Amino acid sequence: MAARGGPPGGAGRLRHPPGATARPSTVLAYLIRRLTAVVVMLLIVTLATFAIFFMIPKLTGTDPALLFVGKQADPAAIEGIREKMGLSDPVLVQFWKFVEGLVAGRDYANGVDVTHCPAPCFGYSFRNEQEVWPVLTSRLPVTLSLAAGACLLWVIGGVAAGVVSALKRGSVWDRSAMSVALAGVSLPIYFTGLVSLAIFSYALDLINVDYEPLTQNPGKWFESLILPWITLAFLYAAMYARLTRATMLEILGEDYIRTARAKGLGEGVVIGKHAMRSTMTPILTILGLDLGALLGGAVLTETTFNLPGLGQGAVRAISDKDLPIILGVTLIAAFFIVIANLVVDLLYAVIDPRVRLS
Amino acid sequence: MTAPLHDTGAAGTAPTDVTADMPAHRIEGRSPGRIAWMRLKRDKVALAGGVVVVLLVLVAVFAPVIVSLLGHPPNEFHEDRIDPLFGTPTGKWGGMSSDFLFGVEPVNGRDVFSRVVHGARISLLVAFLAAFVAVLLGTFFGIVAGYFGGWIDSLISRTMDLLLAFPQLLFIIALISVVPNKLWGFTGSGVRMGVLVVVIGFFGWPYIGRIVRGQTFSLREREYVEAARGLGAGRTYILFRELLPNLVAPITVYTTLMIPTNILTEAALSFLGAGVKPPTPSWGQMLSKAVSTYDTDPTFMVIPGLAIFVTVLAFNLLGDGVRDALDPKANR
Repeated sequence: MAARGGPPGGAGRLRHPPGATARPSTVLAYLIRRLTAVVVMLLIVTLATFAIFFMIPKLTGTDPALLFVGKQADPAAIEGIREKMGLSDPVLVQFWKFVEGLVAGRDYANGVDVTHCPAPCFGYSFRNEQEVWPVLTSRLPVTLSLAAGACLLWVIGGVAAGVVSALKRGSVWDRSAMSVALAGVSLPIYFTGLVSLAIFSYALDLINVDYEPLTQNPGKWFESLILPWITLAFLYAAMYARLTRATMLEILGEDYIRTARAKGLGEGVVIGKHAMRSTMTPILTILGLDLGALLGGAVLTETTFNLPGLGQGAVRAISDKDLPIILGVTLIAAFFIVIANLVVDLLYAVIDPRVRLS
Repeated sequence: MTAPLHDTGAAGTAPTDVTADMPAHRIEGRSPGRIAWMRLKRDKVALAGGVVVVLLVLVAVFAPVIVSLLGHPPNEFHEDRIDPLFGTPTGKWGGMSSDFLFGVEPVNGRDVFSRVVHGARISLLVAFLAAFVAVLLGTFFGIVAGYFGGWIDSLISRTMDLLLAFPQLLFIIALISVVPNKLWGFTGSGVRMGVLVVVIGFFGWPYIGRIVRGQTFSLREREYVEAARGLGAGRTYILFRELLPNLVAPITVYTTLMIPTNILTEAALSFLGAGVKPPTPSWGQMLSKAVSTYDTDPTFMVIPGLAIFVTVLAFNLLGDGVRDALDPKANR
């Protein structure tokens, strides 16, 4: 898909000499390079997270083994856990074992007492000694449901509002839409969420917000997510409307739009085909970054609406000082961010013919 | 606390020296700084935002005075104002009265007005200082990356990419949860505030760094830089005396737009329990308490929410105005 490009050479982000074409081998090399970068990035994020969560307790004198067994445990039990979890190893060794466990699984051994943790092994929760990975996978669908629905809403709503505002610049619609958008970017999610809960769930008693999985009860799943979707989407729709409007206005002033009009193309084609294509490029950049970083927004939305997703899990883990869970969620979040960035870079080449992969 | 504002305000007129002494005898020479200021003065909406911002800063600075005149100490309990059966404030609208302007908190009856006013201190102080940290780091690394290029640029740019790929909010709450209560001689709320400032600022600098790097990239090829180099100016001189004054406009714009983001981040962290420690009042923390009482006492939810909204909106309006005023492409 990425191999299909426009004419050879071209402007913009071109890095290799003019005349070089994107041959399949170049695309492959590009992909390999990017994937390597993704892996390196994830390793660094893991190391940083790891270092902070396992070094700072050490510096401040809290023992991770104590967090695991509880403060009243007898010394033998603490020593046993430390041995089993390898908590007395140097941090780099622990880190290496952790990465190894992620890729290949690992065994926690303490003499005869061996616990196998299959790949991807994120370790065991300090609180209830559950494996971290199943905890994460059970919470992931909630966050994905929230993210997907909200994303759909905000892209359609935000881009449409922005385009109409740009086309009818200065009109009543434009001014009111932009005022609402400005209010939208200034409102915290947990405030709009609470207000919507107070109105629709409590005062009017219209919506029951107790979450149920899609596979069990699609109707209740939808009902429980309507308010979180709208709340989360409102914030992003506001940002996207502002961005779309600004980009569209800039592009409508470009020469090639004038050319398109001059050669007699209908306004629908000029806007829908020529202008929209360029408008989508910055939107896509932001979308990639936002989708990856959505977990941040999900933390607040899930906490406000009491949704059992990853974000809520992380917040609970933090108040429990449950380091393995925190580490797991942070890693998953970082994973989504880098993957989203990669996908966006690849999509650029499809949407914007000026971009060559380099 | 208001240092960044004054800094950027004074620096905003810095280009005056560069262009004002052009040969313009009878015609009044307008420097870019003056043109921007004139545009800003004509922008009524931005001015309104600016006035609110100034008022908020005054409220934050004089919080103890305001509270002693119009309210009760922020941590004083007034259980006589609470319905003993439900724990809700007695009277309508969350117990609003001339004595308690914004009503009282459920259960313990603390004065909401005085807590909101004191909350402004935390919110603005953290937001300003974090923006200051971000601007300092972002400007320095951005200008260095843009001017030197090569491996220095690669290193700084990759670091910025990496920081932008971090799940910031999660990372910050996790980090704050492992930071001890006593650090470098500070205790309690002081430690938390310090950590908040450093961490929010640290994750904010790549946004400014990217802009500054891009601008420096195009500026370093200009004739005046070459002229300075030809005259034997050193690197430090070129970086901070020749390039920096020309970067003031984008830096000012991104600083004003970064402050509202920081306010929201601080409030979000407080909401999640990773902000300043109770009983120090903060807006996010009040909202997180309101989660459990929004059905019985909606006023207690609305007041801190509105405080955040008005503050962030005012900064956004001002920031948009500053951006439009400093935009060389705008021709209003």
